[in-house]
Amino acid sequence: MKGRFQLGLMVAVLIVAGLGLTLYKHFALGFPLLGKDISTVWSIEAWVSFKARGEAAQASLTLPDQQSDVRILDESFASPGYGINQTNDGGQRRAVWSTRKADGRQDLFYKVKLRLEPGISPSVNDQPEPFIAPVLPEPYQTAATSLLNQVTDRSADPVSFAGTMISQFNAKEPDQNANMLLGMVEEGVTLPDLLVNLLHMGNIPARIVRGLHLEDGRRRQPIVDMIEVYDGTQWQLFDPKTGKAGNPEAFFLWQRGAKSLLDVMGGVNSDVKFSIISQNVPTRELALTQATQDGAALIDFSIYSLPLEVQNAFKIILLIPIGVLTVLFMRIVVGLRTSGTFMPVLIAMAFLQTQLIPGLVIFISLVSIGLWIRSFLSQQNMLLVARLGAVIIVVILIMAAMSILSWKLGITQALTVTFFPMIILAWTIERMSILWEEEGPKDVFKEGGGSLLVATMSYLLMSNPIVEQLTFNFPELMLTLLGIVLLLGQYTGYRLLELKRFYPLVHSVNSVNSVNSDK
Amino acid sequence: MGWLSSFVQNTLTKNSIATPSRLKESGILSMNSRNLNYISRYNPRRLLPLVDDKLTTKRMAEKAGVDVPKLIGVIEYQSDIRKLKSILEPLEQFVIKPAKGSGGKGILVITGRDGDRYVKASGESLSFNAISRDVSNILGGLYSLGGKSDVAVIESLIVADPIFKDYSFEGVPDIRVIVFRGFPVMAMMRLATRKSDGKANLHQGAVGVGLDIATGNSLRSVQHDLPVNTHPDTGHNFSTLKVPHWHKILCLSAACHEMTSLGYLGVDLVLDKNLGPLILELNARPGLAIQIANGQGIKPRLEMIESLRKHDLPIEERVAFSQQHFGVSIMQTPQKA
Repeated sequence: MKGRFQLGLMVAVLIVAGLGLTLYKHFALGFPLLGKDISTVWSIEAWVSFKARGEAAQASLTLPDQQSDVRILDESFASPGYGINQTNDGGQRRAVWSTRKADGRQDLFYKVKLRLEPGISPSVNDQPEPFIAPVLPEPYQTAATSLLNQVTDRSADPVSFAGTMISQFNAKEPDQNANMLLGMVEEGVTLPDLLVNLLHMGNIPARIVRGLHLEDGRRRQPIVDMIEVYDGTQWQLFDPKTGKAGNPEAFFLWQRGAKSLLDVMGGVNSDVKFSIISQNVPTRELALTQATQDGAALIDFSIYSLPLEVQNAFKIILLIPIGVLTVLFMRIVVGLRTSGTFMPVLIAMAFLQTQLIPGLVIFISLVSIGLWIRSFLSQQNMLLVARLGAVIIVVILIMAAMSILSWKLGITQALTVTFFPMIILAWTIERMSILWEEEGPKDVFKEGGGSLLVATMSYLLMSNPIVEQLTFNFPELMLTLLGIVLLLGQYTGYRLLELKRFYPLVHSVNSVNSVNSDK
Repeated sequence: MGWLSSFVQNTLTKNSIATPSRLKESGILSMNSRNLNYISRYNPRRLLPLVDDKLTTKRMAEKAGVDVPKLIGVIEYQSDIRKLKSILEPLEQFVIKPAKGSGGKGILVITGRDGDRYVKASGESLSFNAISRDVSNILGGLYSLGGKSDVAVIESLIVADPIFKDYSFEGVPDIRVIVFRGFPVMAMMRLATRKSDGKANLHQGAVGVGLDIATGNSLRSVQHDLPVNTHPDTGHNFSTLKVPHWHKILCLSAACHEMTSLGYLGVDLVLDKNLGPLILELNARPGLAIQIANGQGIKPRLEMIESLRKHDLPIEERVAFSQQHFGVSIMQTPQKA
């Protein structure tokens, strides 16, 4: 009983561990459980170009930071002949490309991949920096002061203050003060700059941010200036053109603060252009990249860390336990006879390559021809091992003949015959032929049919996309399978076919009992 | 829910399928339970070669003084086949069997000579070459589990006790006794039919007749797991069948437990006209069909023996216990209609 308890515990641990790891990977790491989930990944390319003057050149570009509701998946640089450095300039990342000597037109690329993921927030310290209220030249200073007084009267907090003020400038007919200040814009000061200055004069922390509206297939997308206002706990985004608060949908912040986006030394006519495309990527790949970035040990030490080729091999290997489970179920619970214990699994794996119907046709014709030729061999006085060897060679000959014949006839399906395991086929033929001699054709059909039935069931399960996806994405489920197999190894109940086999027995036993009880 | 369960019940009955609970109620041992609870528990692996190899069994039995058919010769290597002719030459009748064969596979029974040819039990005759090919197959491992190389055993043909002449179509009827921890628990007789090619193999269509452990009287007979009343070839009614030397048969079977130390054992015996009961072979994985032949589940008997305090009783006492507790004659009476 103690052994039984231990085994029960082991089974429970295995099943729970397998399911637990699977659920963890699904919920915590975002692996899709069923089906092929698709996520949209935005890919933004910044293309820096300038004309070099035949001397040392340096270009530095502001790089985007982690920000709320967006996950940066990957970034890359392409810049032949340039050294690349990333610097941190007052909390803002910058890429610095530099070269000793450059002449003519230069093209530098930066690419970032990101995904919109509502709810994610970066844990960066983003407190406002101290500022000094600017003083504008007259008459703007007076206009600004009276405008600020107006706005203060009509607002309650920094956010409503900023909203009210921006809407002053965007009104169809701006009032006198705003109109006066708009004159500064005509003189060359940008509206966002002006607004930030005014907010600072109202003692409200504010800054200019730059970003991109994410739209698929956009080239030469301009970078858009926006204003962020600090409400005491967090930054609020304002569109200076509309006065609307809040982050517009699909807006990606590229830069915070009013520093220049691009600086070029040793070149003229510098320019930066953005192009945006969206791609649909299977969620699994995405989850993998993310998990690798997050350094999840489960992913680091897993099949995914292997080269792609090996991974593909495992894709098939990981399906074998499903076939094995099918065989166990059919033998232990149903009670079906198969020729060779796990031969059906190997046949099912061949079916994976050939597809079901061609596979069945090829298998049945191979074995039939093999049996026919084997019947000639059995008339010869031969040692068993030699005969088996002969059968293997015959099987190969049949395979070659089938391939050539079908190729000539244009039936390419039959070419997949090479996927059948020859040795297994030879053994099957040998066993079937002995069975035929000893028990007659009926048993051959019974056993052969049983094997093919189990192989077909294994195939149907193994080729099911959901099963394939579960076994490959969640190899942990193998632990659960192992637990189930251990459990099946303890099954002492009746096999389904025994229910039929013993029917006449129960029937008569019960009639005897009923006679007894009638007495 | 009521109509659903009655619908299920009807469908099962219509297709003659029993419910698991009903089988359990009748104490029927399942294949899985046999493998897990009895064979793997009471038959240690290291002892299995003793019974898997019939030559070892035979030598062991001879040493223990248990009666077995006479060993005439052994062919161990392919090169020994040359000696086959000289061994077979003086023999009228003989049996060649693979030492590691299972399920009666590869057993060749020669009942007479027809000039140069050898006549099988079925009347078919074989040339010497055909026989040596069979022997070569045996040595090559055609009939052994896993295709391991094997040896061919030649032994004397048993002269069947004429008592069973009417019950068997050619061949020698054999008696299977299940011995659990030294106690005979269930027995049946296997009778060859035309369909089974003179072999006493239930799988091939032989008739199984359940035997009362107390008396050796027939209880019930089945062919292909289905009840029959008369022999399909001879037409004889089985209800009158009674096995002689019953007590000796039980004692011989029980003795095989000491001989092999196996806990769950199928003992196959034959009744020789001159020598009486002989042990033919032992089986460490006896089949379940014996339950159908007996019309009884074997599980209650096995459990009764498992619940005994003391198992190492002398053979006589064990046999007496079995005859006392597992006899069916008492409750047999109302069945005949």
